[in-house]
Parts: sequence; structure tokens; C-alpha cells
Amino acid sequence: MGKTLDRRHFMQLAGLAGVVFASGLSGWPKPAQAAGASAKLDASDFFFVQMSDSHWGFEGAANPDAHGTLQKAVAAVNQLTRQPDFIVFTGDLTHTTDDPRERRRRMTEFKSIIADLKVQRRYLMPGEHDAALDNGKAYRELFGETHYTFDHQGVHFIVLDNVSDPGARLGDPQLAWLADDLARQPQDAPIVVFTHRPLFDLYPQWDWATTDGARAIDLLLAKSHVTVFYGHIHQENHQMTGHIAHHAAKSLIFPLPGPGSQAKRTPLPWDSTQPYRGLGVRQIAAGMAPLRYDILEVPVVGEAA
Amino acid sequence: MKPSRQRRRFLLAAGSAGLAGAALLATGQTFGQAETRTIKVVAKRFEFQPGRIVLQRGVPVTLELSTLDIMMGFNAPDFHVRADIVPGALAHVSFTPTKTGEFTFLCDVFCGSGHEDMNGVIVVT
Repeated sequence: MGKTLDRRHFMQLAGLAGVVFASGLSGWPKPAQAAGASAKLDASDFFFVQMSDSHWGFEGAANPDAHGTLQKAVAAVNQLTRQPDFIVFTGDLTHTTDDPRERRRRMTEFKSIIADLKVQRRYLMPGEHDAALDNGKAYRELFGETHYTFDHQGVHFIVLDNVSDPGARLGDPQLAWLADDLARQPQDAPIVVFTHRPLFDLYPQWDWATTDGARAIDLLLAKSHVTVFYGHIHQENHQMTGHIAHHAAKSLIFPLPGPGSQAKRTPLPWDSTQPYRGLGVRQIAAGMAPLRYDILEVPVVGEAA
Repeated sequence: MKPSRQRRRFLLAAGSAGLAGAALLATGQTFGQAETRTIKVVAKRFEFQPGRIVLQRGVPVTLELSTLDIMMGFNAPDFHVRADIVPGALAHVSFTPTKTGEFTFLCDVFCGSGHEDMNGVIVVT
């Protein structure tokens, strides 16, 4: 096991561009060009950052710097030349614990760490690690609602909770709320959904699904411009359901194997020659004319020990 | 009037056949169908016992599920069966495998740190 990166090295290397990926949603013209090109943002465009699965409180060989990775990610985002309009955390903020007091302690510590972000506008949601053992009780006490909406620069954002029910259900009341919200949006409204688990059956054998997610997708398919950003699987993944693109994000704790690539979904081992391999944050540039989302994956990389 | 000896033999034979038929029905077997197996599966944090279930293609099976501690879920996506396993109660899922191979099953009700390890395998031969 090598030494962990100091903050300076992390910040230097986290700022390197990863692959520029254009969402390429069906019906959207001309995806952005190849790796290395930055999306040109005009006055109507904005960008935000997605961070996910920090699992604050985790300890284990899969990340010997579990006590420092989140802070380094915060510092890396603060170092961005242009600050995002907002930052979204797609769940599993903390690692699960059976102890309600420890759960709240971890959540309080997480809050104090992200308080160092320059960007004040932050949108959070729980993962099953945060909420499934107490139906979201501690999360609501410390962070607020687990599902909600907000609007920004003409885009309607919806946060869905598919974790407070330990059986990974959105549930009838939340689906009715979603249907009501969508009914009030124009059919061609730009809509972005944030959630923790995949809404579709990505790999149900590993609990990478939402039990009633198909009902949410059916509701969303009635709108022509919907994109979903989520976490849970600790790796990048891009898939379509009809005309809806779903983008899973890397974690800030340890990467997980590709679906079905090994017998169990155990963390990929820490490699001291490539510390933070598979971890990262994501910048999403939203262009309004034409409507598009350009995704920049920013890996966390490090020096050899 | 006493039945004749021949008729008694016939009645006894018919009675035996009836009893045998009742016995066949009790075991879930009828002529032309495979017998249903019942396999007990016990869940606890964070494993299923047995973790490897061997079945035969075409033979119907019922898994009788229970939990030793908290609420769990059994899900075998390839067979489209799942059930909540509530403490103190038995749950059952029934299916007939139609393909050979190895198929993952899992706990699909989040049960704590270790939940992600709660997988087993159904082997169909």
C-alpha cells in the first residue's frame, strides 16, 4: 500500500481533462467533437458539476485515503478556472452504519467538508447508504427533502428518491408527484433528472436497478428532452432508454467492476501505482441553442508511491 | 348383503388405487409431470444459506425463504421471481428453470454494510 497523495498533487492532476463526451441524445444535432476540445459556452449556456458516492465514513483497503479523498475533490472543484453554477451530489454521501448516532455524525462531517466549496448552490440527495436503514429520517433531519425540483436557466431539474425505501422503490406517492410535476411542464421542456440508483434495469443481479423505475421512465418518455444523471455503480456508464440518456458517474471512494464482470460486485483493489484510479467528478456543460449537454469526466489520478 | 369375494377384491383394489392416487397428489406429482422440489433458503446478514442452489432444467422448484435477523429480499432476476423475507414468517417463490447455466440471485432489500456481498448462484443442469 503506497502513501496517499498530498493535496497539492491531487489538485494538479485532477484538473487534467478526461474524455470530452457528448451526450448524443437522439434528436439532438451534432454532438461535440473529439477528446481535448472544450465546449464553447455562449451567454445562455451554463455548467454544473456532479459529484457522487463519497461514502464518507468508509474505511478499508479499497481506499487508504478514505479520510482525505472527498476533501481533495472539493479542493479540485474549487480550483476550476470557471466555477460551476451549482454542484449536485448524487447520493451515498456517507457510508452506511447501523448506529443512528454515527450516521448523523458522518452526515454532519460531510456537511462541514463540502462547506468549503466556493460554490454555495448545492443540490444533494441520499443514496441507500444514507437512507435505506431508517427510511431517510436522518437525511431529512440534516439535509432536507429527498425528492424535489428546481429550475435553472430554462432547464427543469427533478431529484428522485429511489433509496429511502430499502426495497429500492420510488413508491406510488412519489410517482404521482412526478406525474403531476411533469404535467405542468411543456412537452419540449429541457428536463434533467438526478437520482442515485439507475432507474432502468442496468444489472439487477447486482441491485443496479430501481424496482418501479420503469414507471418513472414511462412518465418521462412523454417529454422529448430528458437526461438522467445518477450514481450508485461507482463507474461511468452511458445508456439509452428510448430517447432518454442515462449517465452514471464515478465515485469518490472506490471503483466497482463492470456489470457481471466478476462473481461479486466487490470494489476494484487500490493500486498504489495508480492511486485514485477510477475515481472522479464530472463537469456538464448545458448548451441551450441547440439544447445539448457536453460531459467532461475529470478523473482523479495520482503519482506512483 | 355382503359383497361377493370378487367384488370385495375389486373394491379393495379400487380403494388402494385411490389411496395411491391421493398419495401422488400429496407429493405434487401427477402422471406426466416432474415432482416439485422444496428447498429451504435462510438469509442472514450478509449471506444466503445455501449460497449455491443446484436445480434441474424442467423440474419445478419452490424456495422456502426465511431470515435470521432483519427484513431481507430474495431476487432471482433471470427467473423473474422475488419476495420480501419478513422476520418470523416464511416466504416462497416457485419457478421451473427452462435453461441450463449459472444465474445470480441476491438480496434486494438494503440490509447494511455487507449488503453488496449478498449474492448467491443458482446452477441449473
